[in-house]
Amino acid sequence: MIIEVLNTLLLSMLVVTALGIARMRSLFPVAMMTGLFSLLSASLFVLLDAVDVALTEAAVGAGIITVLFLGTFALTSAKEKTVLPRRALLGLGVVCVTGAILVYASLDMPHFGASDTPVHNHPMRERFVETSQAEVGIPNMVTAVLASYRGYDTLGEVCVIFTAGLGVVMLLGARKKAAR
Amino acid sequence: MRQHTLLRVCTRMLVPLILIFALYVQFHGDYGPGGGFQAGVIFAAGIVLYALVFGVEAARRAVPATWLRILSAGGVLLFAGTGVVSMLAGHNFLDYDALAGDPVAGQHIGIILVEFGVGMTVTGVILSFFYVFAGRGRRD
Repeated sequence: MIIEVLNTLLLSMLVVTALGIARMRSLFPVAMMTGLFSLLSASLFVLLDAVDVALTEAAVGAGIITVLFLGTFALTSAKEKTVLPRRALLGLGVVCVTGAILVYASLDMPHFGASDTPVHNHPMRERFVETSQAEVGIPNMVTAVLASYRGYDTLGEVCVIFTAGLGVVMLLGARKKAAR
Repeated sequence: MRQHTLLRVCTRMLVPLILIFALYVQFHGDYGPGGGFQAGVIFAAGIVLYALVFGVEAARRAVPATWLRILSAGGVLLFAGTGVVSMLAGHNFLDYDALAGDPVAGQHIGIILVEFGVGMTVTGVILSFFYVFAGRGRRD
């Protein structure tokens, strides 16, 4: 019962935050509100028992991204450009159609908490949930899957992060050196 | 931001706690929620908070940008190196069974090393992002 109330409260706060972001023209409060949005999403992830994702969302979404936004505003402008009413209508149309498609797609998703879904019936489930305790012996099976069974993919992800870092430092960090 | 006593005092108390929590998330990732990526981001967030209150220059003195490059590359090297070591021991790439006599102990060692590599790279890259964004546009 409490979970339902919390879920409803958090989800409606998400909607209110999103509407608030859409209405604002000054971007500093928008950066703050997106941080709040991330924090609310992180709380929802905790309620869904996805604590790993919640940790990431809270640290990246509410912490790092907000600061990067602020840094970007300091370099560019903290004011949204005014949009012609005709283009605003077009944007509203695109958003509504995309939203409708997403809602339609979500109708195909299994019911929340249903037990007859591929997540529960797939043959690999037993390997990851049960055999992993004997093979890897680590209580957090998310870590066992990410670091051991799927180590190859995680190595690829780390390379992607490293490459992204290299790219940003080369693109944005170079000019400062030249100016010195 | 440098005049706000309250912010300065609170940050001074919070930053060490955040950094220790990051290390906890890093090395306790096998048993509780978390892991290298989360730990790296939390560690970087701690340094970013320090930089916001005490200035980016102070943070650069504490964690120089050169370290971050070594950290980012070192993480990838540690991860891939763990794979190469298991290959040299006659197993598949990234098959941690090879790292110790007992396969489960080998898995533990492998996962700790690999997750530490992830954490190093993530901290290095995210802090580099921050330094680059914060250092741009200023003519000093």
